Amino acid sequence: MMAALGPHAAFIVVSYAIAALVVALLVAWVVIDHRAQVRRLGDLEARGVRRRSAARAEAGSDRKVPS
Amino acid sequence: MALSFTELANPTRFLALVSAVLPWTAGAAVLVLAWGLWLVSGSPEDYQQGATVYIMYIHVPSAWLSMFTYAMMAVSALGSLVWRHPLADVAAKAAAPIGAAFTFLALVTGSLWGRPMWGTWWVWDARLTSVLILFIMYLGLIALWRTIEDPTRAARAAAVLILVGTVNLPIIKFSVDWWNTLHQPASVFRMDGPTIDGSMLTPLLVMAVGFTLAMLSLHLAAMRNEILRRRVRTLGLLAAGGAR
Repeated sequence: MMAALGPHAAFIVVSYAIAALVVALLVAWVVIDHRAQVRRLGDLEARGVRRRSAARAEAGSDRKVPS
Repeated sequence: MALSFTELANPTRFLALVSAVLPWTAGAAVLVLAWGLWLVSGSPEDYQQGATVYIMYIHVPSAWLSMFTYAMMAVSALGSLVWRHPLADVAAKAAAPIGAAFTFLALVTGSLWGRPMWGTWWVWDARLTSVLILFIMYLGLIALWRTIEDPTRAARAAAVLILVGTVNLPIIKFSVDWWNTLHQPASVFRMDGPTIDGSMLTPLLVMAVGFTLAMLSLHLAAMRNEILRRRVRTLGLLAAGGAR
């Protein structure tokens, strides 16, 4: 494969390797960051801290439950 | 599920949209990139560049995305300053690291192509220098967002800086026409049509579509993270206020 790419094969292979690494790092960044934010949000909500809109929505759905 | 511009201003609705769209864009990116790489493997070598032309299939899409991402940030900056769209700053902030990454790729792969073809890793010609300035602009914007803790204040400062930086986009695009540069002139987006043979143009365009789908998927995911980060910040402030 390397021989088929001629005398500058190393430049070509390194270019593709760096491109793959950069894209992999970007994917890892968004996945790890997402997990961290979801965990922090879950911790806060578990402590009873809620957004006003979420609390309102919950109160509204409670009212709809027939007594 | 058609959402209007104003309906998209609701972060909760936007998060639902991202959950629905992201698997499709990410899946499409993987498939199109695989198809592009398959086309590249069967494409011919260039009569002058030899096999180093294969570097172009990642260098050119990266360079296009470095400018496209900044243009997207400029539209978001207008959305922040003019329409005060709640997601505009989120979109700009989420795009900056992705734009920086593609600009870095364009610079590095260009350098790796330049060494065997030009005989040098780097020259201070107008195209290379203006792209390096774009990369520094991205890093500066990321630093600005990290420096100012209040997102509203950071949004205004970043939007102004982004709009000032847009002057660099036409300089990058036309630098090869305005000045005598070592970098070759445009060979795809030209008034008289592309000058590349179809056997190389097709894989290049397919790779560009694949890169763009990957960038859009990463951007949607990063926007979702930024919305969640701002919720965490708000709830943290509420918790701190309640504890006092």
